[in-house]
Amino acid sequence: MVTIKEEVKKLDSYNLHLIPNEKFKTVHIVVKLKAPLDRETITKRALLPLILQQGPRKYPTRKEFQIALENLYGAVLSIDGGKKGNNHILSFRLEVANEKFIPNESDVLKQAIRLVNDVIFQPNVANNCFDETIFNREKETLRQKIRSVVDDKMRYANMRLIDEMCEGEAYQIHVSGYEEDLDKLTAADLYEYYRSLLKEDQIDIYILGDLDKVYMEELVGESFQRDQISQRTESKDEQLNKKKEPQEIIEKQNVQQAKLHIGYRTNITYKDDNYPALQVFNGILGGFPSSKLFINVREKNSLAYYASSRLESHKGLLFVFSGIAPEDYEKARDIMRQQMDAMKNGDITEEELSETKDLIVNQLLETLDHPQGIIEMLYQQVIAEVELSPHELIENIKKVNLEEVTEVGKSIEEDTIYLLTSEGGGSNE
Amino acid sequence: MNSKEYKHIEETLYEEKLDNGLTVFLLPRPQMSKTYAIFSTNYGSMDRTFVPIGQSEEVTVPDGIAHFLEHKLFEKKDRDVFADFSKQGASANAYTSFSKTAYLFSATSNIEENVKTLLDFVQDPYFSEQSVEKEKGIIGQEIKMYDDQPDWQSFMGTVKALFKETPINIDIAGTVESINKITKDDLYTCYNTFYHPENMTFFIAGNFNTESMMTLIKENQQAKEFPKLEEIQRSYPEEPKEVAKKQYKHKMPVSVAKCTVGIKESYQELNGSEFVQKDLLQDMIISYFFSKSGQFYEELYKENIIDSSFYFETNLDKNYGYSIIGGNTNNPEQFSTKITELLLSTNNMKITEEEFERMKRKRIGQLLRSMNSLENIASKFIHYHTVQVDYFDLIPIIQELTVDDANDYLKNWISKERLSVCTISAE
Repeated sequence: MVTIKEEVKKLDSYNLHLIPNEKFKTVHIVVKLKAPLDRETITKRALLPLILQQGPRKYPTRKEFQIALENLYGAVLSIDGGKKGNNHILSFRLEVANEKFIPNESDVLKQAIRLVNDVIFQPNVANNCFDETIFNREKETLRQKIRSVVDDKMRYANMRLIDEMCEGEAYQIHVSGYEEDLDKLTAADLYEYYRSLLKEDQIDIYILGDLDKVYMEELVGESFQRDQISQRTESKDEQLNKKKEPQEIIEKQNVQQAKLHIGYRTNITYKDDNYPALQVFNGILGGFPSSKLFINVREKNSLAYYASSRLESHKGLLFVFSGIAPEDYEKARDIMRQQMDAMKNGDITEEELSETKDLIVNQLLETLDHPQGIIEMLYQQVIAEVELSPHELIENIKKVNLEEVTEVGKSIEEDTIYLLTSEGGGSNE
Repeated sequence: MNSKEYKHIEETLYEEKLDNGLTVFLLPRPQMSKTYAIFSTNYGSMDRTFVPIGQSEEVTVPDGIAHFLEHKLFEKKDRDVFADFSKQGASANAYTSFSKTAYLFSATSNIEENVKTLLDFVQDPYFSEQSVEKEKGIIGQEIKMYDDQPDWQSFMGTVKALFKETPINIDIAGTVESINKITKDDLYTCYNTFYHPENMTFFIAGNFNTESMMTLIKENQQAKEFPKLEEIQRSYPEEPKEVAKKQYKHKMPVSVAKCTVGIKESYQELNGSEFVQKDLLQDMIISYFFSKSGQFYEELYKENIIDSSFYFETNLDKNYGYSIIGGNTNNPEQFSTKITELLLSTNNMKITEEEFERMKRKRIGQLLRSMNSLENIASKFIHYHTVQVDYFDLIPIIQELTVDDANDYLKNWISKERLSVCTISAE
């Protein structure tokens, strides 16, 4: 196994992350733009990937753009936006064949990096405005996406839980944006915002592949053009909407299966020393098919097909969730809470601890066999503003002991319980 | 142990055919954390008529038996094999296709233990009447789940319309009626014939020591006894060139209708260079017309005939081949008419040198991308190996293709009698 080596160059206009790696036959170029989550800008940031994905000015029709990608040995471009803690990240990803595996070819990478640069800095714009036809069509695509959240009940319940739990906090903001804001948006407004974003967002560029570092740096340096930068005024610490007593929210829809989601505040984030212990805590509670939630909610009581838990590492949240029959609400809720209590009371065997640690390490190692997985793991450090390599994280996981796991339990607080249930179902209380 | 070096992609593959007939491939990838192993038999749902090992008369077994067998192999007298893998930190799985059944695991630790578990559980069947009966209920539910899936119905409907005799027109899992006929003895008959090492391949890729891995596999195999196997006599009925049905309609609750146009690409056995040439061109040409850069895609998109559900897929196997072009549509008639018309127009079209160069590049890039994944390498390598093609040689083979090859292929690609339309719509 080869350890992941990352070399970071902090330049004036961007940070460059070089990851030479012999595992893969392709090269991955990922550009990440980071900004604080903000209701004012979120709808714009949700729409931008859909528009930029259509191609830069140089290739104004989809067909021309696809042909350019095909000529680059079928390079694949994707653009997306996501929430990480209180940040919004736009990611541009290009995967392209590594020319060293193609006889008589030496120009692919250079062109690929130029293409990424074009997609970001030379968009399809005329008269300071995105192309109207594309803008209007993609606006509808986003509208459909916003509306479709309600069709996916698991996602919907998760969104509603965060709405209630984090009301007034930045993290509450919906990553796909808001329909009422979308209605007001024009192609000119959007471009104006895009220009300011290009100046203000923090940019991190990752290049991963079987490449020489010096060559990579040279390529990026000559192709990647960010002219102006200006500092954004970062907002100060926000007030958290912590509850004195856990709140219970019950909503009804025409559903067959009820969704029960419980939100906890862990008060621990990625940068903290006890984060590895929190990860192990989550693993024993509900990260795997051998975890307490799965065993007790599903195997022992047959209340659900799925029952698990998940961490939001940068905001410090833990979510427990399950799909249950509406009439089983109280029973399932009590069993789920009992598992959390058992964790807090240190009701954990050495076997559970060591098996879970092995499973987490296995999961992290498998992530490091995927190019996108490597880059996402490395980027955690940028978000958390901490230096902790994936291998250090793995070592730290291996060192976690029972006391540390029980100790992190003390800082975990139940905040909100959310139930989406059928019209007739729900609470008898 | 033979080794072969592929300089252009920097891979070295080790191969050995063991005394009992098993073909073993080792692909060391010491840079990876993970190891992936697959134990595959050249036996799938289409192998329903054959001469059982040690017998002389041909038999036809109930449909769905290959898939049934796959389920049952995980169950032993006292335990479930999935749990054995979990305890050893591995995740295991299996699948059955028209022509293959495969068992696999991936893990980052205890590799040798997991390899033994994989070899041993596949080579030590335990079927009892009681457990066979129990499985009928579970697989019955699985079949019903497929019955409710419009995309699967659309796929199978197209295949059924295209093929009249080749048993890929039968659902891989069989039907509730056919699986109810399966007995313990049927399972042993199929098992003993098709799970003979001579008919199987073991492929492992990832982080392990080549020498000790081969020793482990050999010792494991030497400790087991297998009868002698002459070549398995399987018989597939003769398939006509033209489609079984021009139209296939199926009613089920769907919010938007689904329509597909199927192309019967191949109906006879193909191997070696003949196979690989067809395999590559079939894929490159359909993608030339129907991917987002394609002329047909653009036309369909502009005329509002397709939306984001539009797709195409193409598959060539030893004994059959098909392509499917489909999507959701409110007007299946218009969808199928337009696509059929476009397909028929290709007989007189010519691909330019420049376009063909682009098509080759795209295919080479796709191959390199798929070689990042051990899972992909293993299953593709076995797929091509079955038809005597070396997966790792595909890039140079693509580079040697000429625009004349492509245009010759295009001239005869489509003919009316090899096209079918399948529509899935609400009552």
